[in-house]
Parts: sequence; C-alpha cells; structure tokens
Amino acid sequence: MWRWLIPLSVVPVLALLAYGFRVNPHEIPSPLVGRPAAPFVVRAFDGTEVSLAGLRGRVVVLNFWASWCYPACYEEAPALERAWRTYRDRGVAVVGVAIQDKPEASRKFIADFSLSFSNAPDPDGKISVDYGVYGVPETFFIDRAGRIRLKQTGGVTDELFRAEIEKLLGEPA
Amino acid sequence: MRPGSVIVLVVVGLAAVIGASAATVSAESPSAAKGTVDEETVHRVAAQLRCVVCQTLSVLDSPSEMAAQMRGIIRERLGAGQTPDEIVQYFVDKYGEWILLAPREHGFNLLVWAAPVVAVLVGLAIVALLLRRWTRPRAEPVATIDPKLRERVRRELESPP
Amino acid sequence: MIPELGYGALVVGVVLAVYGALAAAAGAHTGRPALIESAQHAALAVFTLVTACFLLLAGALLTFDFSVRYVAQQTTLGTPFYYRVTAVWGALEGSILLWAWMLALYTLIVVVRHRGERDLYPWALSVMLGIIAFFLLVMTIPAPPFQRLLPVPADGRGLNPLLEDTGMITHPVALYLGFTGFTVPFAFAMAALMTGRVGDAWITTTRRWTIVAWYFLSLGLLIGGWWSYHVLGWGGYWAWDPVENAAFMPWLTGTAFLHSVMIQERRRMLKLWNISLVILTFGLTIFGTFLTRSGVIASVHAFSQGSIGAFFLTFLGLVLLSAFGLLAWRWDLLRAQGELDGILSRESAFLLNNVFLVAAAFTVFFGTVFPLLSEAVRGVKVSVGAPFFNQVNVPLFLSLIFLMGVGPLIAWRRASIDNLKRNFLGPVAIGVATAAVLHLVGVRSALAVLTLALALFTTATIALDVLRGTRARLRTGAGVVGAVTSLLLRHNRRYGGFGIHLGILLVALGVTGSQAWSVQTEATLKPGQVVELAGYRVRFDGLSAVQESTHARVVGTFTVSNGGGAPIVMHPSKKFYPHEQAPIAGVDYRMGFREDLYLVLGDFARDGSEATVKALVNRLVSWIWIGGLVLTLGALLAIVPDDKRA
Repeated sequence: MWRWLIPLSVVPVLALLAYGFRVNPHEIPSPLVGRPAAPFVVRAFDGTEVSLAGLRGRVVVLNFWASWCYPACYEEAPALERAWRTYRDRGVAVVGVAIQDKPEASRKFIADFSLSFSNAPDPDGKISVDYGVYGVPETFFIDRAGRIRLKQTGGVTDELFRAEIEKLLGEPA
Repeated sequence: MRPGSVIVLVVVGLAAVIGASAATVSAESPSAAKGTVDEETVHRVAAQLRCVVCQTLSVLDSPSEMAAQMRGIIRERLGAGQTPDEIVQYFVDKYGEWILLAPREHGFNLLVWAAPVVAVLVGLAIVALLLRRWTRPRAEPVATIDPKLRERVRRELESPP
Repeated sequence: MIPELGYGALVVGVVLAVYGALAAAAGAHTGRPALIESAQHAALAVFTLVTACFLLLAGALLTFDFSVRYVAQQTTLGTPFYYRVTAVWGALEGSILLWAWMLALYTLIVVVRHRGERDLYPWALSVMLGIIAFFLLVMTIPAPPFQRLLPVPADGRGLNPLLEDTGMITHPVALYLGFTGFTVPFAFAMAALMTGRVGDAWITTTRRWTIVAWYFLSLGLLIGGWWSYHVLGWGGYWAWDPVENAAFMPWLTGTAFLHSVMIQERRRMLKLWNISLVILTFGLTIFGTFLTRSGVIASVHAFSQGSIGAFFLTFLGLVLLSAFGLLAWRWDLLRAQGELDGILSRESAFLLNNVFLVAAAFTVFFGTVFPLLSEAVRGVKVSVGAPFFNQVNVPLFLSLIFLMGVGPLIAWRRASIDNLKRNFLGPVAIGVATAAVLHLVGVRSALAVLTLALALFTTATIALDVLRGTRARLRTGAGVVGAVTSLLLRHNRRYGGFGIHLGILLVALGVTGSQAWSVQTEATLKPGQVVELAGYRVRFDGLSAVQESTHARVVGTFTVSNGGGAPIVMHPSKKFYPHEQAPIAGVDYRMGFREDLYLVLGDFARDGSEATVKALVNRLVSWIWIGGLVLTLGALLAIVPDDKRA
C-alpha cells in the first residue's frame, strides 16, 4: 500500500515546477518601494548640479538608462520627454541617469532624442546601487515627501506617466 | 569486533570527517589588516553577493562592468570603516534577499540548509536497517539422520576391509 | 522547398515512431514476431528520416539559406565553415534534433544487437521509440527547426559569440551522448518491469551502455568546465548555475547506479533500488532538458521560453509517474532478502557510496529549486548559489573520496580484521603522514589538508592493489611490463574502475588547489605601469583594434615576467559583436602543472591611455583536465570486451 507513495511523491515536485511557469525569474521586486528615496548629488551632462534634496516638494521621476539599451530605452525616451514637457510647470521633475555608459555615447543619445530634462552620468555606479538597479531601463516615481512609490522595470509609457503622476500630484506635499 | 561498535566507529569517523570539513570551509581567510583596505576582505564580501546583471556569478567573479562598480563600492565602504556585515546588509536593503548567493540561515531558509543533513541521516538510517536485516542470524536447518542408516554406516565403517 | 521537406520528414517520423512503439508493445504482449519486425522497420525508417533532417538543416546552414529562420538567427555571411556546421545544434531547435538523432542511432544499435530476442528487447524497443516520438513531436509543434523567415533577410544575425569555440563543437555532443545513453538502461529496466523479469538480465545487457553513457556525461561536464574556464572570462570552471546542476544530478545518480548494479550482479541484492536509480537518472536527464529550455529558473544557459517548457514538464510527469507506477506494481517481485555475514563489507561500502551520492544529488536538486519554492511559499525571491553548494557538498565529496579507497579493497560479505589490516594499514599510514607533512610545510587550509590526505589514502589503496597483483604475476616469470599489462587486461573492469577513480582523484586535486590557493587582483594601468601578483609582474603595454569577420576586437598587450624565465607577452581582448549588448571577454592564459596565469581585459579608455586588467593565478587547475584524460583511459579499459563470459 505504501509503495504507491513513490509515484505519488512525484506530483508535488511537478506542481512546483509548473508553478515556475507563472513567475518570471528575471523580475525582482524592489524592497525600496514605500521607503525614502536615497539622496544623490550629480553633475549633469550640461554642467548643472542636480540633487534630490533640491527637488523636494516636487514629484520626481528618476529614470535609469544607457545608450546601449536597445530597444527599450530608445522607445521610452520620447515618452519621457513628453512627460517632462507636459508636467514641468506642475511641479514634476524628470531626471535621467546614464549608467555603465560612455559619455560620448550618452551625449549622442540625449542629442538624438532632443531630451531637455536633466541627464547625468553615474560613473561609479553608486546611484544605481543606491536604488537597487539591476538592469535598464528602470524608472522610479518619487512623491513629494521624498518616498519611492513605484518602481517600473522596463520601458515607461505615456499612460503610466499620466496615471502615476496625476496620482502623486493629487497628494499633499 | 561486534557490529554495534563497528557501526559506532564508522559513524564517528564519518562524522569527524564531515565536521572537520564543514568547520574549515567557513574559516578560510585571514582577517583584514587594520587601517588599510585588505583586498582579501573585498573579495570575501564580493563573493557573497550575486552579480545583478549576470545569472549566477558572484560580484567577485563577474567580468561585467556593474560588478566592477560594485567592487569599487565595497572597497570604498570598507575604507570608510564599515564592517563586511554592514556592507552586505546595505546591499540586501537595496536589492532584497535575492542578492545573497547563499540564503540567510533562518526561518524558511533553514529547509535548504537542512536538506543535505536530513538526506544523509535518512540514507544512513536506511542502510543501518538494511544491514541489520541482512546480517540477522539465520537458523541453520539441522539435518536429522535416520538411525537405521546411521547404524548401517557405522557397521560398514567398522567392518574389516 | 527544403524546409517543407524537413518538416514533412519530422511529421512522418512522429507517426512512424508512435506506430513502432505500439507495434513493439503489441508484439511483446502477444508474442507475435511479425509485429516486432514491423517495429524494427519503423525504427530504421525513423533513423533515416531524422538523419535526413539533420543533413537538410546542415545543408541550409552551409548554403546560407536565410529563408530558414534558424539559419538567419545563427549565422552571417561571414561565419566560417566549421561554425556553420556546429550551428546545427547551436540553438534550441537544433539541439533537440541532435538529441533525437542520437536516440534514433542508439535505437538502431539496440535493434541490431538484440533482434530476435524475445524477453526484454521488444518492450525496450517500444519504450525507446516512444521517447523518440516525443522528441520528434517537440520539433513539429513548439520548436520547429525548419521554420521559414519571410521576407528573407540579406544577412543573418550570427552565432552567439560565446559559442564560437572548439568547446562548442564538443561539449553539447558529449553531454547529449551521455544523456541519451541512459535511455537504453532505462528502456530495458522498463522492459524488466513489464515482463516481470527483474533479475540480472536487464543489467548485464545494458552494462556497457551505462559505462559509456556515464563516461560521456563525465566528459561533457569536464569540457563544459574547460569551456567556462577558457571562454567565459571569469576565471572559473563551475558556477553551480542551475543548468550545470541539471547535468550534474544525473551524473551523481548515474555514478551511484554504476556502483550499486555491481552488488546486484554479485549478490543478487538491491533490485528495487537499482531500478529506482535508473528511473531517477533518466528522469533527471529529462528534468535537465526541461530546465534548460523552459526558462523556469534563471540561468546563463537557458535557451528560450514558450510552450516548450509545458511539453517537457508533461513528458517528465508521464515518464516518472508511469515508471514509478510500474515499480510499485512489481513491488513484490523486487523485494528479496539479502545476506551478509558482516557489517564491514564491500556491500556496506557500496551502500554508503550510494547514500552520499544520492544525498548530494538531492541537495543539488533542492538547492536548485529552492528559489522557486521560497517564492511559492513566502513570496520572497532568494538565491542559492556557489557559496551554498560548495559548503554543503564538500563534506559529502570528502566522504566519497574516503569510500573510494575503502570500497574496492574491502572483502565481500564480511571483512575480517586480517583483511582490514592487510589492505588498509599502509594507506591509512600514508594518509596520516600526508596530513602531517602538509601541516609541517605550512599549509593553512585544514580543508586542503584533509582532502589531500584522503586522496593520497585512496591512491595508496589503488597502488597497493596494483603492486600485489603485479608481484604475484612476476613470480610466474613475467617481466614487469608484461605483468602489469596482463593484470590490467585480465581484470579490465576492476582496473578500468581504478583508472576512473584515479582520474576523479586528480580532478579533486585540481579543484582543491584552485579553491584553496588561487589568488586574484585587478588594477587600472597606464602604459608602462605594472601590477604584481604571486611573483608575476604584469606590465600594460598598449591597446590595438582588429576587425574580424564577425566582430571587432580590442586587444590589450601585456608583458609578463616571472623573476626567472624570459618575459612572455599576453593578449587578453574584448570582442564587440554588432548584435550583442555587452562585449565578450577574450581571455589569455598560460597553463602550467602548478598554476595558471589568467588575464582578463576590463574597461579601457578609447585612446589606449588606460586599461583595467584582472589577473588570476589559479593553482593546480590543470590537474582537472589531466584527471579527465586519466578518466578517459580508465573508461576505455573498463569497456574492453573480455574473453571470459560476462
């Protein structure tokens, strides 16, 4: 009678492996959502200094990208620029950080997409590690109180911007 | 030697082997020199962390740029006086438990650490049971001899040639 | 035209394989030879069709037929001839074709060797054809190799640059020969269960298959390690990546199986266990295939996603449930009493060997799926990597090295004190002496001392046995060489096994040395600057750029001096492929018996004014590859046909 336990014991293993189809091993949930965003001070490609502290009170969209990140970064760059132009006067800041990239390639990317928001390099990788970045593109939505509210892995779309920014703008600072 | 004592000897011997090796795996490297950033310590910390852009390589082994940057961050933090454990915790705070290449030994994770021990113990228990069954003394059938035959044989043997 | 022909051949192949499986099963059940012969014809036809597919795919690759998606994905107009041939198995669909072709070839060999036999062979044939049918089915639905690509591109994408290496030609072939090889013992085991003939027949029939399959699996693993060490640019040969583990687990259970069948052959014990082991081993080969292709667990090797994972999981489920179900059905036939006179005996040594090997396989399996389990139960993703596997497996492998020394020399049934003293006093003394010497010489790592002491203990047991055997023959007047040769050939299984054990010990030596005593450093240098490591002075000279047929290459020139000899020049490089995001490292190394020097080029400035280099001195790594050679010789000796009855 107990002998039938042997074939039966295979079933939970199969079930576990089948569960594997439902999860994506490449998507790591971030422990930073809901926590205060790590401060940073960077010198943008155009020479200006940008700090998270200086943006306090505004909704901040922090976007990590690289010029070799094709096609996702190339697809989302226009959306980022559109979001910046739409919301810059309503208290929203868009900051781009180029990681693991060569400065000339980054500048070309900025010029190609006519990006007018601040973009800065992260040569030591400290900012990307501070934000738990493991791939590009990744975008963080930081509310007016300086807390990370959403981490988007992969490209951002106009709809996502609209939904998230409107929600965060509606909250008190 | 009695089977019982032999089993004890074998098990103690194997346990000594296992215990010695398990203890020494963790106690390999020398401690860091005071005041300077010891590369060995950087290596030790980096070996515990998973390189986030490769699949299963550690930050120490990975040839990727991200890993080199992470090693730089480790080096810098060690130089600033942070302990290896604090640095590891920093990375866990940013990336989650996933960034550790070996699961922390508490809670649910104890299952995976216990697996080898349990497997060996269950195996040894089964072997012990089997050996006991196989070495159980069996009653030898004693052949009974027909007394008439025995008498006849005796007469044949004792009769003069 | 060609792609459609190939697809058609696969469809016909599926039908014929299914027919053959059913015919062979029906023939086995009813005892009618005509059905079995019909199945044999089907097997031959399937082999022909799969070979034709193989040739068609190779032809498409060689003629740059970019209308076939597989060709466009893997080659460009500049891909050299030999890589176009190896591209046949370079990606998912082709690798399944290679697997299916090997299965078909093995089935044909089984037919040729066993046709006319009535007992096990018909069922075994049925099982093999059924398995082939599955793999062919995979190629007709989720993973078709002959899919068209329209519009036809002018040039292809190119082979994954990591695969442009001689290891690429050999590693998958060896590994698959190993995996598919275990199908034959499995098929005969199933035949044994179906017919109730669960004695030795299925084991003795498949003995050589088992050794050959085990050997190729070992070879595949070693070549994979070589490839990882020389191509991937991280200085290591094994990362406990899930797909590496997937190949290692059947090796572990396969090794256990190799040993425990010897007990069944000698003493008629462990029937149940042996069948379970072969089912487990075959199941693990399918599990490995599933892991590699389903994307369920993140790995550097994983080919792709899609519905193929579901196909393999279903197949795995069917195989395990039916095989273990058959086992449970025949439970009573398999339980037999065994007899032992003493607990200290070869039987117990072999049983312990099995415990540790299967425990290791279980540990690796559990560690590999634990991230999935953790996510399912806790919702938290964890990683299980090298630090875990190294730590838990070391004690198990050390125990196995010890058992390798004890097993072959301890007596069957019961070892007397005399037997123990005679065979082990010397080697134990040598082991202890080794430990003492190493300790005196200043070796810090207790683990290294323990490993080397055990390894030398085991080597001493082997040497002792060869010595005694040779001495006995010398007394009959033979010369030394003649004595040794006749000893090895007369008992080729035993000494072949010793050769394999020696090979494993050398691998253990290499692993110990590289884990315990390797050092590395990295530095950013300007031309003329030097970094020092373990007595080597590495000077950065400059960078140069080269254009190859498939990629652009930046080569760093480094002059290395070592105190004594003349300085050597090394050229680690970075290869830039048009379709790859990150550059691929091209390492340069110098191998030696004592240590390897290994250079990896890191980041560099465009103008050549600066370069980061990682230098590694890996100690004793070459002994891993030497161990592989010795293992090969041992395996060859073991399968030499003997003149005495098997």
